Order: sequence, then C-alpha cells, then structure tokens
Amino acid sequence: MRRLASAAKAVVLAAWLLITLFPLYWIVVTSLKPKPEIFSVPLRYWPANLTFEHYAELFAFADFGTYLLNSLLVSLVAAAAVTVIGVLGGYTLARFAFPGRGALMLAFLVTQMIPLFIALGPLYLLMSDLDLLNRLAGLMLVYVAMLVPFSTIIMRGFYERVPVALEEAAQVDGASRLAAMVRVVIPVMLPGIAATFIFAFVQCWNELFLAITFIDSEDAKTIPVAMNSFITQYDIDWGSMAAATVVSVVPTLVLFAAIRRYIVEGLTAGAVKG
Amino acid sequence: MRTFTVRRARFIALCLLPGVVFVVLFTYYPMVRGAVIAFQRYNLFDITATPFVGLENFRAVLAEDRFWTALRNTGTWVAVSLFFQFLLGFGLALLLRRHFRGRGLYQAWVFFPWAMSGFLIGLLWRWMFNGQFGVVNDLLLKAGLIEERIGFLASPGWAMTSVIVANIWYGVTFFAIMIMAALQSVPGELYEAAAVDGASRLRRFWHVTLPHIRPTLALIVLLRIIWILNFPDLIYAMTGGGPAGSTDIVTTFLIQQVIGGDYGRAGAVGLLVLALLLAFSIFYLNATRFEKAR
Repeated sequence: MRRLASAAKAVVLAAWLLITLFPLYWIVVTSLKPKPEIFSVPLRYWPANLTFEHYAELFAFADFGTYLLNSLLVSLVAAAAVTVIGVLGGYTLARFAFPGRGALMLAFLVTQMIPLFIALGPLYLLMSDLDLLNRLAGLMLVYVAMLVPFSTIIMRGFYERVPVALEEAAQVDGASRLAAMVRVVIPVMLPGIAATFIFAFVQCWNELFLAITFIDSEDAKTIPVAMNSFITQYDIDWGSMAAATVVSVVPTLVLFAAIRRYIVEGLTAGAVKG
Repeated sequence: MRTFTVRRARFIALCLLPGVVFVVLFTYYPMVRGAVIAFQRYNLFDITATPFVGLENFRAVLAEDRFWTALRNTGTWVAVSLFFQFLLGFGLALLLRRHFRGRGLYQAWVFFPWAMSGFLIGLLWRWMFNGQFGVVNDLLLKAGLIEERIGFLASPGWAMTSVIVANIWYGVTFFAIMIMAALQSVPGELYEAAAVDGASRLRRFWHVTLPHIRPTLALIVLLRIIWILNFPDLIYAMTGGGPAGSTDIVTTFLIQQVIGGDYGRAGAVGLLVLALLLAFSIFYLNATRFEKAR
C-alpha cells in the first residue's frame, strides 16, 4: 500500500514535469527546424535537419542585436536603481518607527494591487510632456517606479531577519549609522539584494505594455516591443518567432534559477505572515 | 525599533525620498490624472479641446456590448483559471511537502514558467494551439480524442478554453509553492497530538491542516484573483481579445481603449475596474472573515 502510494506520487510528479517542460522543448525544437519542416504534416517531434537559420535571420535582418542591447541597458540600469532605492527605503521601514510609516507601506502595497493599465494613458501623456517618448531613459524611469514598492517591501523583510544588535555593536565601536549599514548589515543581506536585483531585471526584461505604449522607433525598441511588431507586421513567421522566444527567455531562465530560492522565500514569508 | 528624533528624521527622509518621488510621480500622479480624464472628453488624436463631460464616458462604456461581454468573460477567466490553479497547485503542494531526493531540482524545473513573461507564454501557446501545425491538435489526433483538427484560437467557442488552459499551465506551480510554504508553517506538534488521539490522515488534514492554513489560503486566493484579473499579457499575445471579442477581459478591453487613443473612456473603464476590484475585495474579506481568522 505504501509503496503503491509513493509510486503513484512519482508518476504524478513526473507527469507534471513533462507538462511543464514540453512547451519549452517544443519552442526550442521549432526554432531549430528548417521552414518546410516547421510547416509540414505530420509533425516531427524530433527535427530531421537541425538549422540555425532562424537565429541568423533574426540578427541579420530583424536587427535583434539592437533590441537585445536596448533591453539589456534598460533592465540593468532600472534594476540597479530599484535595488539601491529598495535597500535605502527598506532599511528605514524595518528599523525606525516614524509617523506615516504605516501609511507609506499601505501606499506602496496598493500600487501592487491595482492594475497599472489604469494609468497607461496618463503615463503616455506624462512621458510626452517630459519629452521621454521613444527614449530608453523614459522606460527606465517608469520601470523604476513600477518596481520600487516591491523592492522596498521585500528589502524590509530581509532587514528584519538581521539582528539589530549587529549594527548597534558597530555603532558602539564608533561607526556612523550609514557606515554600520554599509559595512555590517549589507554584507549579511547580499543574497537577498542580489535576488531583488535579478527579480527586477527579469521584470523589466519581460515588460510589454508600457514599452509598446512609449516606444515606437526602431532604435529604441526592446525585445518584447520588437516581437510584438513581428506579430502585427506579417503573418507570424514562426521560425523566427520561436528563435526570438528562445533568445529572450534563456537569460531569464538562468537568472531565475539562480535566485529562485530567495524569491520564493521572500514572497512566501510575506504571504504566510499575512 | 528606535524612537524618533530630528536627526533621525532627516536620515529617514533622505532614504525614503527617491522611492516616494518615483512612486508619486509615475504611479499616483498618472492614476489621479486618469481618474480626472475619465470625466473629460479626451481623445489623443484630437486634444485641442478636452472639456469636462460628466458621466458621458461611463455611459458610453456601459452602453457597449463589448464591455459587458468582457465583464462576463472576466468572470469566467478568473473563476476557471483560479479553480484549476488552486486545485492542481494544492495537489502538487501536498506531493512536494515532504523532502525527497531531488526535490530542490524538481522545484526549480517546474517553477520555470513563472520566469517567463505572459507575452512569451502567450506566443508559445499560440503556436501550440495553431489550427494547422499546432502540436496540441496533433497529440489529440494521435490519442484518438478528436477526429479532425480544431481551430482552437480561431473559433469563439474554443478560444476562451484555450487561453485558460495556458493560464492554468502558467499559474499552477506558483500556487503550489505558496501553498507548500503555508503547509510547512503548521507546527508538527499539532499532528503528533492528533496522531496520539488516533485521528486518520484524512481527519488530520481536515481538522488540523486546513483550519491552520485557512487564513493564508484566503489571502493567497485574493491576491491571485486580483493578479489573474490584471494579467492581460497572455490573452493579448494569444488572441488579442478575439475572435469577435470572445476572449476579451476588462483589462484587454481597457488596453484597446488606450491603443485607440480614447483616454477618456480608458479612464472610465479603469475606474470601473478599480471599483469592481475594491467592492469584490471588501466582500471577499468579509465572507472569509479574514480579520477574525487572523
């Protein structure tokens, strides 16, 4: 009976793994098939001829290199800013009682609950007023705003796990508050900080609607914007689309795998605490 | 926690300033402006005059069939997605609760959809649900479940089912991880006590586990409802709300208004969505007696 149960468990787990992984496998295989094979019936589950032509096409004709650099630049800068702001804000929220702290937390939490799309139109107007349309800088600013509440709240959670005694000891030894924070607390929190940075990076890397609203010029497109315009311009060229998907998803998968533990910890700690 | 003095106040203010400035300028200000625009005639392609028109935008939106279809679809989209994400997620969480060899690796693999954007997932499934060359059709044919290919995304009857299937695929693991964490928060002594009393596994689950994790579940479910409602990316990539509005939800409808340049109506839809969310959250928190449960 016991053995039967654990066998059943293994089967269910394996089935779910298969269901989760198959779509990824399928997009990779599609990206490696020559065109006639992509559009042939019966389908080939294992490509007869492997080709990298879709990847070559992507970079030769679609200028994917530019989009890749744009996405990289926007995501790196925004994520760095988000992390620094979160490190500062989270510290004060974790370590001080001050008037308005609860209200501020609430104001940050609320932004996570309501649809960003409500503000999409007015954000466009604001970007236009500030002359930031079609500029990567504009995108960075909005992404920072979008992610600051999350990074601040999650940083606060990480700080609360670091004993206050640690920095008090440093301050007794004559370090200023800032020095104590930088030299004693932050080293302990490095994994959490890295996780926040990567999480923010991935969010920016993936973001679609703000980008397609603000960016329209070829040289400022990010990857999602470019992929979106593939759809509307032509009947979808699935070979290139599959290749584009693979290119854009690989970095996120690698990064995410690296920080999964911290993100899960951070999110679940928040949720379980209520 | 330390007390409040003037010198500290300056430090606190300096640390918080950047975050507050960003959020006020790029989140709250646009939101307030959006709320104001909802009462104006505001079309991006003709902004020479933007007079206040009272409730006209709301009237126009509420008079549109497409809005009501979107509203009904939103109900289906959220309820069905949530139901299966929760059920399958709970099951997976129970299976993953105990340590076994390779659990960490397993989690890492099944967690990966969560790292992908909704847009990419939409594209992925759009390709898999393709009427002619889609692998889903092929597998169903091979299994003898269907006789001929189905135009999953082209037929209004199938499109909603298809986007929901994709959404379930996306959301199960994340749900599982959250519920797993909740399960692990149940103190072991409670089980021991129940076991001493001779309670069966099922009874222990029902009388010990469930009551203990109920508040957490209630919260996770609410967050997920809001989140699924705010998740048009997948639908946008798979069907764009079509065919014939059959996969429109309120958020894709809102985005169409923005793309169409009618910011007045977009603002009105936004406020309606917000009111709906708020009303639902209050109702929900009352229904689950959330405060008391804590």
